[in-house]
Amino acid sequence: MTLSVAESATPAKAAPLLPLSVNDFAFKLANANGTGSASANGLIMQAIFRMGIPVSGKNLFPSNIQGLPTWYEIRVNKDGHTARTIEYSLMVAMNAETYARDVKEVRSGGYIVHDSTWPFPNALRRDDVHYLGVPYAQMCLDNFAGARERTLMKNIVYVGTLAALLDMDMAVVNAMLDEKFSKKPTLRDSNHKAIKLGYDYAKANFECPLPLRLQTMDKNKDSILIDGNTASALGCVYAGATVGVWYPITPSTGLMDAFTAFCEKYRTDAETGKKKYAIIQAEDELAAIGMVLGASWAGARTFTNTSGPGISLMNELLGLAYYAEIPAVVFDVQRVGPSTGMPTRTQQSDVLECAYASHGDTKHIVLFPANPNECFHFAPKAFDLAARFQTPVFVLSDLDIGMNDWVVPKLTWDDTYRPDQGRVLTKEQIEAGGKFMRYSDDDGTGVTSRTLPGVTAKGAFFTRGSGHNSKGVYTEVPDEYQEIMERLTRKHNSAKTAVPAPIVEKRQDATFGIVTMGGCDLAVREAIAILAGKRHQADFMRVRAFPFPDEVEAFLNEHDVNYIVEQNRDGQLTTLLTVETGVSKDRLKKVLFYSGFPLSAAAVANFIMADREAM
Amino acid sequence: MSYIKKPVASHPSAQKNALGLTLRDYEGSMSTLCAGCGHDSITASIVRSFWELGTEPHTIAKMSGIGCSSKTPAYFVSGAHGFNSAHGRMAAIASGAAAANRELRLIGVSGDGDSLSIGLGHLCHAIRRNVNMLYIIENNGVYGLTKGQFSASADVGTKSKKGEANVMAPIDPVQLALTLGATFVGRSFSGDKAELVPLIKAGLAHEGFAIIDVISPCVTFNDHEGSTKSYMYTRKHLEALTPIDFVPEASEITAPERASGGLMEVTMHDGSTVRFRSVHEGYDPTNRISAMSYLYERQQKGEVPTGLLYVETGRPQMHTIMNSIDKALATLPFEALNPGSAALEKLQRAYR
Repeated sequence: MTLSVAESATPAKAAPLLPLSVNDFAFKLANANGTGSASANGLIMQAIFRMGIPVSGKNLFPSNIQGLPTWYEIRVNKDGHTARTIEYSLMVAMNAETYARDVKEVRSGGYIVHDSTWPFPNALRRDDVHYLGVPYAQMCLDNFAGARERTLMKNIVYVGTLAALLDMDMAVVNAMLDEKFSKKPTLRDSNHKAIKLGYDYAKANFECPLPLRLQTMDKNKDSILIDGNTASALGCVYAGATVGVWYPITPSTGLMDAFTAFCEKYRTDAETGKKKYAIIQAEDELAAIGMVLGASWAGARTFTNTSGPGISLMNELLGLAYYAEIPAVVFDVQRVGPSTGMPTRTQQSDVLECAYASHGDTKHIVLFPANPNECFHFAPKAFDLAARFQTPVFVLSDLDIGMNDWVVPKLTWDDTYRPDQGRVLTKEQIEAGGKFMRYSDDDGTGVTSRTLPGVTAKGAFFTRGSGHNSKGVYTEVPDEYQEIMERLTRKHNSAKTAVPAPIVEKRQDATFGIVTMGGCDLAVREAIAILAGKRHQADFMRVRAFPFPDEVEAFLNEHDVNYIVEQNRDGQLTTLLTVETGVSKDRLKKVLFYSGFPLSAAAVANFIMADREAM
Repeated sequence: MSYIKKPVASHPSAQKNALGLTLRDYEGSMSTLCAGCGHDSITASIVRSFWELGTEPHTIAKMSGIGCSSKTPAYFVSGAHGFNSAHGRMAAIASGAAAANRELRLIGVSGDGDSLSIGLGHLCHAIRRNVNMLYIIENNGVYGLTKGQFSASADVGTKSKKGEANVMAPIDPVQLALTLGATFVGRSFSGDKAELVPLIKAGLAHEGFAIIDVISPCVTFNDHEGSTKSYMYTRKHLEALTPIDFVPEASEITAPERASGGLMEVTMHDGSTVRFRSVHEGYDPTNRISAMSYLYERQQKGEVPTGLLYVETGRPQMHTIMNSIDKALATLPFEALNPGSAALEKLQRAYR
């Protein structure tokens, strides 16, 4: 059966040619979601990773299950700049609904790979790009049976086309398919067939490879490909967390899914098959944080994972945890707010909400990981800080870090690590001591001793969120109330020296500073390189935690101008720096991007350059 | 919440339980509730229940939310940890404590506002999970601390102190619990210690979620003429449906079967036995559907049956459902939890 007559695959003659670029370009794939494109796109990224080339993949997907537009962007860069870029040299346009905008996004001289089973609308043609038509639907109709398989295999066929066009190492691709489908021989064979169909078609019809080429390197031998949610979950397992409570929410769901899978693997008793962990899907985020407090109060390392809307609901009990001094670890994988916002887009807009969550005077410890590797290492750090300071600790990741696969240095673990349990008294200590007073700051550190239920009657006390004095007894006496509140401030401030220090990188002749946090890291570093190329030298600081270590304020004071790059509308990190350090706000300039897509270096560099040149 | 310390003195001749502890050893600090508050009678029944059971105080964890009822854990078993949490959140917090340490004997005390309005969702889900705990609702139909607003358990037509009649249908915690699959459901009256003490003991012995709705008149805001939760009204309309005896240690395992003379025995998980004397021919506290229908019919007639209204043993509790290890997760050594660097190295081959 023939669906239609395929049009000529000859590139438009007038279109300019791109200069040869090896391991330094970006391309984009436009699909409809729910068609199986995500795994095909992941396959391409993984193949490039295995070829040893620095690479990143960004999945820009809709909050929907099937049928809406979705994009995947891949950037390769031999120098390791793998932040998002919007310079696409090639577009795989598989979704007719978005042809118009997809065609516009390709740089002049670039390529558009499309399904030529149907004619490409003339109205959308540009004469400065090349069209590479491949009759994907027809090829799948001729070679595969059943609608589902035909839809799925279309994705794999375009992977084959790209392999030929970009000179991908076919041995790598084939080995990956063999691994992936080692237990499903029928699927393996279909996939091999589909890859070959696409590859052979491109070889026969186009001048392969294009001037966009992949060439094997050796940059990734000590790296892994992992998303931040998986890495955070693994960090929780290694930290010794035994209770995980959550309510499903995009983009944090993958964290508990991964924790579940790791626990099944590592925490199932070999003899009895019983579990050395408890995972509870709560009825809402109020309950999720409630169970965290209950479990943590009873002595287990416990966490919850959520996103902004969940933090809003948790505010009430986060204040209880702060005031009653109960450890709690909360992973907030940020998405676009306010309200439901854009659940599948990324942002850094929960900074202030987490730093000051709950009514009354409250302040919390917040960690800002920049990539999955840091997500892994910040997990045990968060549990240690929560136990040591008996307070909530937030790990503020975001959708880009949490859900996209990143190439990061291999995770390492120090087997001598032991959890910091903080000042939890043992049965012997309680019984040897005097009358137990829960909030008595006997050594002036601001941190007081805790006891756990079920240990001994002498350590019993009544935990409460109502006013209490140093004995843990209810009070409405002003001095007694204030004594506790003052101590909580001292305790919070003392965490400055225990949280991760900022990363500071200085350049000779730097005339200003650029400050950022979390997932902006790569784009900002690349922007600094771009700016340096234009003779604007900048020092770099990535803030990694709140309360801010003293180095943060020192850096800001060293520069007359500090550009604070962050992904929210109001400059929340800037606000926090203004409020929580002694730095004059005249030294701080906001550089804000909050559209929901990961940050690109060009956007940062252009903004700062324009500002420098206007000065 | 304020409380007053009690003098530490007990009579040398005071009776001791199996642990050698007196009733006073199970008391807490002095109550600051209004004189005559039904809640204080419930506290006394809780004290007696633990004392009679001979529970080691430190193995108990007392959980509550916010409200008059939620203050009461301060008034019993001062040798146990207590957690007076936030309004409506007790069921969730207790579920977390149960997850972390299954060896704790959890008792939650809540009120009708705490459980049936702000915390209704958490109560429902704690029942669904069959969390191993005793959950007592001290039910007075009003919000006391905010001065007498109707709660969700107020009956249609009941009058507030100002004389306004409630028009909205009540949420009945007993029918709610039965609908959600609760495995131990009781109802009693704060003034009836003879009924309440064996009921609390049985609830503590039950493995899984045990809920007891205790009508507990509010002497300040809901004890007037026209109220359906006053002492007067309650005494008039309560009907002891299944008077029970609680026998701590059974000499033999007995299946639920009706003995002659309306006597029936149910063996609890820990080997103890509950003996029912059914007042009404045909009432079977092990049959959920007939229990629901009987209770509904009585309620339509304005009667409030009390006693152990429904019990089901052998249904898996939260930890059994999760298949978690028999020990408290909170006390597992780190070495049993951390897979080590070699496993991490090996795992990462899959991330290439």
